[in-house]
Amino acid sequence: MARERMIEILVGAFMAAGFVALFFLAMQVSNLSASGGGDVYRLTARFENVGSLKVRSPVTMAGVRVGRVADIRFDKSTYEAVVALHIERGFDTIPDDTFASIFTAGLLGEQYIGLSPGGSDVYLAEGDTFMHTQSAIVLEQMIGQFLFKKAEEGFE
Amino acid sequence: MAKEVGTASAMLNALARLGRTGLNALERLGRGHLLFVSMIAGAASLAARPNLLVTQTYNIGVLSVLIVTVSGLFVGMVLGLQGFYVLSQFGAEESLGVMVAASLVRELGPVVTALLVAGRAGSALTAEIGLMKATEQLSGLEMMAVDPIKRILTPRFFGGLVAMPMLAAMFSAVGALGGYFVGVGLLGIDDGAFWSQMQNKIDLHEDVYNGVIKSFVFGVVVTWIALFEGYDAMPTSVGVSRATTRTVVHSALAVLCLDFVLTALMFGE
Repeated sequence: MARERMIEILVGAFMAAGFVALFFLAMQVSNLSASGGGDVYRLTARFENVGSLKVRSPVTMAGVRVGRVADIRFDKSTYEAVVALHIERGFDTIPDDTFASIFTAGLLGEQYIGLSPGGSDVYLAEGDTFMHTQSAIVLEQMIGQFLFKKAEEGFE
Repeated sequence: MAKEVGTASAMLNALARLGRTGLNALERLGRGHLLFVSMIAGAASLAARPNLLVTQTYNIGVLSVLIVTVSGLFVGMVLGLQGFYVLSQFGAEESLGVMVAASLVRELGPVVTALLVAGRAGSALTAEIGLMKATEQLSGLEMMAVDPIKRILTPRFFGGLVAMPMLAAMFSAVGALGGYFVGVGLLGIDDGAFWSQMQNKIDLHEDVYNGVIKSFVFGVVVTWIALFEGYDAMPTSVGVSRATTRTVVHSALAVLCLDFVLTALMFGE
C-alpha cells in the first residue's frame, strides 16, 4: 500500500513538473507574458514609413525600455502608418513635444522606437498623439541619395 | 524439357515467397490497426480502474524523466555553443535565444524525446508483453475471462499518451535553460536580449502548441508500435528479442518520417 501511494505521489509530481515546463515555455520562452502584463497607457504616433517595425518592438527612452509597440495600422486618408504604443505607467512624465523616431539596433538588428524628450511642462496622457515623429531610415533610399549627390558633385 | 520445368517452378516459388511476404506484412498491418481500435475501445474500462493508468504513467513517464531532462540539458547547451559559433559570424549573437528555443520547441524536443522514450520505455513494453505472451500469462488472463487488451495493453497505451507531451515539454524547458547557461553564463550574451528576442520571435500557438501536438502524435505512435510488437511477438525468446529490436527501429523510423510530414503540414506555407 505504501509503495502504491509512493507511485501515486511520484506520478503527481511528474504531471506537475510537466505542467510547470509547459507553463515555463508559455511564459518565459514564448510571447504570452509580455502581451498582457503590467499596467500601461496608450499613446499614438504617426509615421510616414515604419520600415520593418513590428508589433511588440521595444519603445525606449535614453536607451531604457519604457514600453512596447501594441499595434500598427495604415491610415487610408493620410497614407500614414498609425502606431499605437503601450507605455508603462511608471513612465508617465513624457513631455508633449517629445520626438518619436524609429531606429535600428545595429546594422542588421531589430527596429525600435526611440523617444527623445522635449522641454514642455505638459505631459502626454492616455490616448494622446506624438506631434513630432521621424520615419524609419530606409538604407536603399540613403544609398540612392548618396549616389545622386556624388553624381551631382561629379558634374561641377 | 525437364530443365525448363525446373526453372519455371523455381520462378513460381520465388513469386509465391514474395506474395507471402506481402500478405504477411498486410496482415500485420491489419492486426496492428485492430489492436489500436480495441485499445481505444478499452478506454471506458480504464476509467473504472484509474490506478492502472497511474502505475503505467509511472513506468513510462516518471522513470524516463532523468534521461529526458539530462539529454535536454546537454542538447540545449550544445545548441548554445554551435549557434553562437554561426551567429557570431553575422554579429547576431543576441538571436541565440531564438535559435535555441525555436529548434527545441519545434523539432528537437518532440523528436529526441520520442526517440529516447522508444529506447527507454518502448523496448521495455515490448519485452514485458512479449514475455507475458511467451509464458502464457496473456492466455491465462483470457482463461479467467479477463480481456488482456483491456487489462494489460490499454493502461500502457494511455500511460504513454499522457507521458510523452509532458516529457517533451520538460526536454524543451530544460534545453532552453541549458542554452541560457551556455549563452549568457559562458559566452557572455546579454541576459535581457537572450530572453526578450526569444519571447519576441517564439509564438505560443505557432511554435509551442504545435510542438505539443507533435509530441502527442509521437506518443501515440511509439507506444502503439511497442505494444503491438510485444502482443504480436513469436512466443519464444528469439521472437521476443526480435520484437524488441523491431520496436526501437520501427519507432525511430516512424517518428522521423512523421516529423517531416507534421512539419510540412504545420510550418509549411
